[in-house]
Amino acid sequence: MKFSESWLRSFVDPVCSGRDFSHLLTMAGLEVEEEQAVAPAFSKVVVGHVLAVDKHPDADRLRVCRVDVGSGETLMIVCGAPNAEAGIKVPCALPGAELPGGFKIKVSKVRGVESFGMLCSARELGIAEDSDGLLLLTADAPVGEDIRRHLDLDDRLLTLKLTPNRADCLSLEGVAREVAALTGTPARLLDVEDAAVTISTQRAVVLDAPEACPRYCGRVIAGVDARATTPAWMQRRLARSGIRPISALVDITNYVMLEVGQPLHAFDNSRLEGAVHARMARPAEKITLLNEQTVEVQTDVLLITDDQRPVAMAGIMGDEASGITLATTEVFLESAFFEPKAIAGRTRRYGFVSDASHRFERGVDFGGTRRALERATRLVLDICGGRAGPVSEALANLPERRPVRVRPARVSRILGLPLTAERISELFIRLGLPFFREGEDFIVTPPSFRFDIEIEEDLIEEIVRLHGYENVPSPAPQAVLSMLPQTEETRPVSRIRHLLAECDYQEVINFAFVEEAWEADFAGNERPIRLANPIASQLSVMRSTLIGGLVANVASNLRRKQNRIRLFETGRCFFRDAQSGPVAGFHQPWKVTALAYGTALPEQWGCSARHVDFFDVKGDLERLLLPLAATFLKAVHPALHPGRSARVLVAGKAIGFVGELHPQWQQKYELPLAPVLFELDLDPVTMARLPHYTEVSRQPTVIRDLAIVVDHSLELKPLLEALAAHCPTIVRDIRLFDVYVGHGVEVGKKSLAFRIVMQDTQKTLLEAEVDAAMQQLVVYLQQAFAAKLRV
Amino acid sequence: MHNLDQIVQAASAAFAATDDPDALEQIKAIYLGKSGRITELLKGMAKLPPDERRAAGTAINRAKDAVESALNLRREAIREMALAARLAEEALDVTLPGRGQSRGGLHPVTRTLERIEALFHSIGFEVADGPEIEADFQNFTALNTPEDHPARSMHDTFYLQNESGGVADGVLLRTHTSPIQVRYMQAHVARHSDLATMPEIRVIAPGRVYRVDSDATHSPMFHQVEGLWIGENVSFADLKGVIGDFLRRFFESDDLQVRFRPSFFPFTEPSAEIDMAFTSGALKGRWLEIAGCGMVHPNVLRHVHIDPEKYSGFAFGMGPDRLTMLRYGVNDLRLFFDGDLRFLRQFA
Repeated sequence: MKFSESWLRSFVDPVCSGRDFSHLLTMAGLEVEEEQAVAPAFSKVVVGHVLAVDKHPDADRLRVCRVDVGSGETLMIVCGAPNAEAGIKVPCALPGAELPGGFKIKVSKVRGVESFGMLCSARELGIAEDSDGLLLLTADAPVGEDIRRHLDLDDRLLTLKLTPNRADCLSLEGVAREVAALTGTPARLLDVEDAAVTISTQRAVVLDAPEACPRYCGRVIAGVDARATTPAWMQRRLARSGIRPISALVDITNYVMLEVGQPLHAFDNSRLEGAVHARMARPAEKITLLNEQTVEVQTDVLLITDDQRPVAMAGIMGDEASGITLATTEVFLESAFFEPKAIAGRTRRYGFVSDASHRFERGVDFGGTRRALERATRLVLDICGGRAGPVSEALANLPERRPVRVRPARVSRILGLPLTAERISELFIRLGLPFFREGEDFIVTPPSFRFDIEIEEDLIEEIVRLHGYENVPSPAPQAVLSMLPQTEETRPVSRIRHLLAECDYQEVINFAFVEEAWEADFAGNERPIRLANPIASQLSVMRSTLIGGLVANVASNLRRKQNRIRLFETGRCFFRDAQSGPVAGFHQPWKVTALAYGTALPEQWGCSARHVDFFDVKGDLERLLLPLAATFLKAVHPALHPGRSARVLVAGKAIGFVGELHPQWQQKYELPLAPVLFELDLDPVTMARLPHYTEVSRQPTVIRDLAIVVDHSLELKPLLEALAAHCPTIVRDIRLFDVYVGHGVEVGKKSLAFRIVMQDTQKTLLEAEVDAAMQQLVVYLQQAFAAKLRV
Repeated sequence: MHNLDQIVQAASAAFAATDDPDALEQIKAIYLGKSGRITELLKGMAKLPPDERRAAGTAINRAKDAVESALNLRREAIREMALAARLAEEALDVTLPGRGQSRGGLHPVTRTLERIEALFHSIGFEVADGPEIEADFQNFTALNTPEDHPARSMHDTFYLQNESGGVADGVLLRTHTSPIQVRYMQAHVARHSDLATMPEIRVIAPGRVYRVDSDATHSPMFHQVEGLWIGENVSFADLKGVIGDFLRRFFESDDLQVRFRPSFFPFTEPSAEIDMAFTSGALKGRWLEIAGCGMVHPNVLRHVHIDPEKYSGFAFGMGPDRLTMLRYGVNDLRLFFDGDLRFLRQFA
């Protein structure tokens, strides 16, 4: 809602002004989003009357004007404007004037001719970006009047960011009512009298959908001059409200809408056939609107029709064919009340909004329908002439305004602010909310212009709004103390993030909507969850893996000359799933994904540089999971190198993958090296374990090493598992400490070296027992894995 | 006895003349060895008359002690010199960088979220989470925002396609974290249904939210933190108290002003917008929107079967991205979602 402050002050003129005034409105919930002076500061510019224009003796483009500025003597002013001619009235800066930008006007010689001031354009006064020639004033402009006063330039433009509940403030009268309540300065609302009815022409109005349109008023005004000029003051107020003046009849409907908040529509009466109806649209009905858009309306759209065809989308926009033109001589003026529910959301479907629909969907004063019509009639008669016919009015059930009970004790309890009944009553009176008392309680009947007062809390808000939010205390709150749970069997997600940061991964946050190709490449997902209205094609599907984002981060960081890149993200992933979760049809687990690219260690002097590999990242992953131990099974994943990827299992349950990016994607995403990454379900990663003490044996341990040669293709895991199942009971631990391939080991074989830890918890081991145990292991390995002892 | 002094002086001088431990031991032999000069003198005592022996013995032994002590001092000195030499040789350039792995860091917004969680945790708020593909019902309807409510146009909502390519019914990307309120209250009520008076609800819910909006100051995905406190006597004044306390703790400063001004959200009544302004620094005096808040609307409470006559409470939703920008002086929201290491590393 944008308007000029001086217009508002014609309704209510409190003492406070400027920033204080804006602050007052903002703190009452009518947020002043923008305040702007109509014109910058300047002084000593008056209405000048150009009496005569002569050629400059020494310059072709300059002229010498004789100007009356009401001072009794005529000023000689040199002027270069092409539109300077005798008889016009223009702004004239007198000697001593200071124009915007600090430009001072002095008596000076211009090409040898003395000039006693300057005639001004709109641009020179700072009230327009561009202008050609002098700003022409109306013929009736009083000569000598200060131009600021004449053009009302000390005005300010205020733009309110109104919340949807405050439809009552979508008009000057509405804002004035609010200002009056806030300041105690009484508002002078319009005194609207019924226009004299001088013709009998009347058009019947019919409510075919009374629940959507319970009140419709209309009247014919004949003999109007549609070409009449809109008065300057009205044009100015419209323009300062951000509405472009168009033609007198249109301007008047807009003006009254701004004044009183009632959207009006003017039809060309000669284009209407028979009665005017308000009815719901029929299937497949079409209408071509004033904005030249043709829409097929759905059946929940309310239409205004005549006996033949639709002529308007009710409360939204009229149609082209029945609209007024400059040739119109007879108008049918509509002022109606449409239920917010019948209008709300309709325009959004068709991709536009109108000032009318904006008001109707929030609620228009149904008590002012006829008053607005009379106000508009008055202005039409005054500006365009004509004769008014009687008002046709159809009326059904208007919205009910149910009385609302307000209990002072509850007001104080909800606000945490003791307020007396006297104070509450004073605030209600200032707000113009009619009430009576019932014992302690107030029974308030909301007025027809308020659509936001239905329950006690709504009135509590009114009370505190007017009392001032800043006058509510802000004590340290009190509450019953009780401790929050602190479980040890899970770890907070923040712990996971910190651990990854400790392992040299930097956290990133990527968008949850991604490129469709990422889903196919990194998740093998050919049927991703698509957005119906993505902002861009590369942000069009919901991710089911975080890998794509991290790979893209690598690429973008490489472009920024970063060559060692280690990243992680935790975030939700999205899957279609028939299983019912919190939101049926979708499974939205959290995942944690980490990726390492470039050298294993930061570039440094003391270590030889090598690229990060599978086992570096696997090690980070194992560290992250501690004290849980994961197992790893060779497995294929669409994003990963099939020979260098493994499924991660914890307690037998698959929780994710670790591996090197598939060379195919490395190439496609233009990465010089292969990143290594893991992606895990976050939930199992947060599992922890309550520690439980087992006694530490005092018996000494014995350590022996064992090196064997086996087939190169033999995986460690089955070997260790078999050993664990077959080793003598004194063996406590078998640890791999070396893998060797090369000189001294046959081609196709590898050497594995184990450290065997042995202990008897009851007694000291004898040498013979240790030898026997080692022998047993060697024999088993020979039999089960064709292992050879390496000596 | 002049001779003895000379011997001691000569020995001391000889000791001092060498740095080498082996040479020192050889010099020692010249004086204290089996046929060393002092030893010889001691041997020669037998030839002295008995009345001189005592005095001569004392004098020689004193000289012997002096030589031994000079020897020991020199031994010690040579040891120390050798140690000093070794240590000098072993010295490192301690200004060379240390070896090994570096450390990553958290995203600045995560940092902020953790601080917010910790601050609210310290006054008994739990942390809750909720789905990001959300039901229309939870995101709007249960929050007193029925279909076609004008407030829905305040949120430009992302919708999903169904499997046949149309717009999926009843689901959306959540436009705020407020639906977590609804889910949390439902669960809380169910958990305590057997009690005459349920324990207070004190919870915050951080998370990602989505709106169709993308320019210099808007990101289609951003963060919110929802807060909710419901009890038998929770008031608007309490809301003001908690938020003021929070902002002063978060910015570790009393140098800020906080104001509440009336606003509108369908799910709170009365509603407020919270602005803050620093009283010093670059942003001095500028009101910055920090959060929306209000007393939870009775319709919302009724939706989850909480009696609004018995319980009341407040909810707020604030923007941690904005708080992060203010706290660390970040001037472009888009940096948060760009994955630029040069930016992110500054928050390690």
